[in-house]
Amino acid sequence: MTPKRRRLWLLIGSLGTLGVAAALVLSALNDNLVFFYSPTQVAEKSLGPDRRFRLGGLVEAGSVQKDGQIVRFTVTDTNKTIAVVYRGILPDLFREGQGVIAEGALGSDGVFAAREVLAKHDENYMPPEVAKAIKEAGQWKERK
Amino acid sequence: MVAELGHFALILALAVALIQGTVPLIGASRGDDRLMALGRTAALTQALLIIVAFGALTQAYVTSDFSVANVVANSHSAKPLLYKISGVWGNHEGSMLLWALILALFGAAVAVFGAGLPDTLRSRVLAIQSLIGVGFLAFLLFTSNPFERVFPAPADGNGLNPLLQDPGLAFHPPLLYLGYVGFSVTYAFAIAALLEGRVDAAWARWVRPWTLAAWCFLTLGIALGSWWAYYILGWGGFWFWDPVENASLMPWLAGTALLHSAIVVEKRDALKSWTVLLAILAFSLSLLGTFLVRSGVLTSVHAFAQDPARGLYILGFLLAVTGGGLALYAWRAPQLQGGGLFQPVSREGALILNNLLLCTLAATVLLGTLYPLFLDLLTGDKVSVGPPFFNATFVPICAPLFAALCVGPLLGWKRAELWPALMRLRVAFVISLAAALVAMTMIDSRSTLAALAFGFGVWLIVGSLWSLADRLKQGTLRTTPRATLGMVIAHASLGIVVLGSVATSAWHTEVMQTMKPGDRISFAGYAVQLDKIEQVQGPNFVAERATLNVTVGGKPYTVLQPERRLFTVQRRQVAETAIQTNFLRDFYATLGEGDPSQGWVIRLYLNPLAPWIWLGAAFMAFGGFVSLSDRRLRIGAPRSSKTRRPVTQPAE
Repeated sequence: MTPKRRRLWLLIGSLGTLGVAAALVLSALNDNLVFFYSPTQVAEKSLGPDRRFRLGGLVEAGSVQKDGQIVRFTVTDTNKTIAVVYRGILPDLFREGQGVIAEGALGSDGVFAAREVLAKHDENYMPPEVAKAIKEAGQWKERK
Repeated sequence: MVAELGHFALILALAVALIQGTVPLIGASRGDDRLMALGRTAALTQALLIIVAFGALTQAYVTSDFSVANVVANSHSAKPLLYKISGVWGNHEGSMLLWALILALFGAAVAVFGAGLPDTLRSRVLAIQSLIGVGFLAFLLFTSNPFERVFPAPADGNGLNPLLQDPGLAFHPPLLYLGYVGFSVTYAFAIAALLEGRVDAAWARWVRPWTLAAWCFLTLGIALGSWWAYYILGWGGFWFWDPVENASLMPWLAGTALLHSAIVVEKRDALKSWTVLLAILAFSLSLLGTFLVRSGVLTSVHAFAQDPARGLYILGFLLAVTGGGLALYAWRAPQLQGGGLFQPVSREGALILNNLLLCTLAATVLLGTLYPLFLDLLTGDKVSVGPPFFNATFVPICAPLFAALCVGPLLGWKRAELWPALMRLRVAFVISLAAALVAMTMIDSRSTLAALAFGFGVWLIVGSLWSLADRLKQGTLRTTPRATLGMVIAHASLGIVVLGSVATSAWHTEVMQTMKPGDRISFAGYAVQLDKIEQVQGPNFVAERATLNVTVGGKPYTVLQPERRLFTVQRRQVAETAIQTNFLRDFYATLGEGDPSQGWVIRLYLNPLAPWIWLGAAFMAFGGFVSLSDRRLRIGAPRSSKTRRPVTQPAE
């Protein structure tokens, strides 16, 4: 086999692999992108019940109600609020007044049914999306 | 006083690193022996100075010296000693100091063990290694000085993030960094080779052990991190495709590819420029990982509070290392003409396929990790790319990789026949097919894909061992080269990891139940009774501890005691899972919030084969170490006359 033909084989192989990978990636991106919305954005868009997204904001103070495994709370970006229901164990850092990200979909009753509530390692951590959402609502206070 | 000593040592180290990064380079280009010899001394001095600095910080932590700001922010006098020590690297400044320390230690190791290297190559490697060190030392001194004092000193510190107060996480960063930083040596070798304008078998024989060592540590570091996430986050999962996890997976994939392509350079004198490129990429991805973790540009479940200015510095450094490396590569690589010709069906061909697939995997992970960043920059949309994306892309690309993995080692160099190799594996193929069928019909008929993946896991194990058995027909275990044994162990271990992850992901059972003391539920054939919830006192926390009595068929089976710990200093709660394992499955229990009137939320998981994930990873690293002990690769071992073939080619 000449070096030329070897290179041709290599090229075909690489292009083939890349092509398959690109096809996989594109189709997966199409189906599996989860958008992040703040309560204000959710109010602006009409999102169907089958549209999975991430909701981020602050857990409104005094809104958390626990009923066995079912937790209800309200997420706010200080402009609009959305009620959330979640069944499961909340992450250790879930607290009223703290930033939160919940993944799920809106129910037909307008309540966001969370499948997952994300935990953070650090209590001073504010998810960048949440910080941005609050900034956009014009309520951002710089921490010390 | 000790802190000032540490600070001073760090400043001296930067000065020494600057000298080490320049003088030997000049020496190498002029052929001046005295200038080149300086590299060795400087490397040892630099390592010594950073050891002093690191020791000073450790001393401040161990003695709880609260006049040092870093100690105040991350330690507390009531913390157990282990976490006082691990607190040293459990924060930004300390972990960067650890980076610099390991970098300098690797540099010193090259200086000590590299006596057999050609003088110019050694001095260039040491200089490049030291230039990377300059970047990190300057970063430490100018943006993240760990030795800053506070006045007046507070009476006590803020304590370490409770999630980090865990034996698994105490050793996770050092192992991970040994891996990340280990690739800096390979990077330095690659840049030095580009400067020299030549890559030969001797070069590959030097690069491979360093890559292998870095790879082993990285494997262990990733496994430890994943194990930690498994038992501390309490979700029963072991891998979340989180940006921070992906950040460590990408250099691992590139490093694995490098490990394999270096073999081709060594044995066949081919794939040279590709190997050099991989070496640059592997270290760049390590730096990218550090950048992603430290800058907070991506939302991650593992994210810590960050400082954008520091992120910017690391980004600049990353661009310099990657951009500089790639520019030099573009300029000099065309000189690295490969030698040995080969057919597509051959050991070389199989290794190219391996590289192609591993790099595709790394690219997929890179794309999925950075896509949210790009989309944010371009459109302002905030998105997250989660596990479904990676399951749909990463897993299918693994299939051909796993399928070819057992066949490749059976092919000969230069040219080979595919069919005889496949025939030698026919028994392994039948066994794996049977395993997949058993999984499909007997364990779970819902998921054909899981059964198929299970079959692949069996294929990796049986296929690897079969080829070893085949080889043993001609010789004994003793005469088999350690490198071959290491390869077989590592390949079979990959199968163990695959089996563990497939079984855990696809066939676990879980239940979530609100329980009061005395309540009993039945779960997957076990009866689980909540005996009591009690308050217990730890060294720096108070905990609610549940006692779950597990019986099977009326006979006592085990007692699980998950806790919710409230760390008194930070007022933070951390769940402590209870896991009972028999190495075939994990019985996993977490305690949620609750009170006596409503009951407590208890979550139970039965995770089949879960321990295999980490056992497999540990075996894989062990395989790497076995291969590292091969005489051929032993660092500093005298070369036998056989390996001194004149395969070197001068630069054109």
